Amino acid sequence: MTLTGVLRPGHVQLRVLELEAAVKHYTQVLGLCETDRDLQGRVYLKAWDEHDHHSVVLREADEAGMDSMAWKVDSPATLRRLASEINESGLATEMKWLPAFEHMKTGELFRFTIPTGHVMELFAEKEQVGNGMPLINPEVYPDNLKGMSPSRFDHCLLYGDDLDRTLELFKDVLGFSVSEQIVTAAEKMLIGVFLTCSNKPHDIAFIRQPVKGKLHHVSFGLDNWGDVLKAADLLTRHRVSLDIGPTRHGITRGETLYFFDPSGNRNEVFSGGYIAYPDRPTLTWTDDELGRAIFYHDRAIEAKFLNVFT
Amino acid sequence: MVHTISITNTGESFSCAATQNLLAGMEAVARRGIPVGCRGGGCGVCKVHIESGQVRTLKMSRARVSIEEEQQGFVLACRSYPMSNVVVTAVQGLCEPNTTMRSRP
Repeated sequence: MTLTGVLRPGHVQLRVLELEAAVKHYTQVLGLCETDRDLQGRVYLKAWDEHDHHSVVLREADEAGMDSMAWKVDSPATLRRLASEINESGLATEMKWLPAFEHMKTGELFRFTIPTGHVMELFAEKEQVGNGMPLINPEVYPDNLKGMSPSRFDHCLLYGDDLDRTLELFKDVLGFSVSEQIVTAAEKMLIGVFLTCSNKPHDIAFIRQPVKGKLHHVSFGLDNWGDVLKAADLLTRHRVSLDIGPTRHGITRGETLYFFDPSGNRNEVFSGGYIAYPDRPTLTWTDDELGRAIFYHDRAIEAKFLNVFT
Repeated sequence: MVHTISITNTGESFSCAATQNLLAGMEAVARRGIPVGCRGGGCGVCKVHIESGQVRTLKMSRARVSIEEEQQGFVLACRSYPMSNVVVTAVQGLCEPNTTMRSRP
């Protein structure tokens, strides 16, 4: 195995104002599969091509936003090592071990809060339920897919204040590399960073904002530009709150569409982007080119794209 | 039942059915004055103060409208349905969320 350490985003737990409206959105419009519910009423969902039990958890709450984002690591030994290194780094707070199965169908889980105020978790094991097709002589996609039907939960973009120490934690402790970054043209201050633990252009991104623990968007991967256009059709068909798109990013080069779940959490579906090998040089954008960096066609960014978050 | 909604910030007004939230009513007739955000009660960008009149509200994110604020007449326009003619003042200035950063020609 050459992809080691932190493998990928494992799951994200979102707060929603009304559970059933959210479930309807995430299953019928986005097209995730509901896999379970727990005694606390939380709903567990996964994208069709994910084998693990869930990648999205919905929890009804008094406010919208993100509770936590969890990362799957390659082994229990790596989980132990990373937990210890996070502890020694002095960059995380509120560190806690959750025993196996305290989180649904998931092994031991290490929870910590990063300098931008977000709760992150690491785990090594989660029950696999499959992707609806056999592992021997499969088809290319299962029957009865609904909605946009992304193949995976791909990444989150998060807002927080202490970007420098969060970057240090992800880069130096968790082993991520920086695929792209945004700096101010004048002072060269870092205002945005796109981080990968895999071959994807980003597995997580952070934008510096004077807030703690906020969510800008949760993103799901589609196969191609045609799927992004069909996703936009579905937004209108289901009268879903549109944010921006379909269009293309300069950063990551992805073809993208932004919209909101019924509680105002921003969702993205996207396709494309390059393959990010670890030796790929970091791309840098200056904030005077931010319009083109974020929306490559329009070359402009409405402030509401930056100012609206949960 | 249709009511008249007035926005003090811009002096604009529009008609809004009791079954339509204030923000959707404003957007439907291309009026301006209340900033448009997520339209789902989560982001708080469309927060307004009810100066007069009554609205019925759906659940709003407590991170954006506290219990105290709600008692003082602050609501999110996207989660508020008119029960009478209503006069509102938007909390965020019109220019803040609607400005655009451009890097073209």
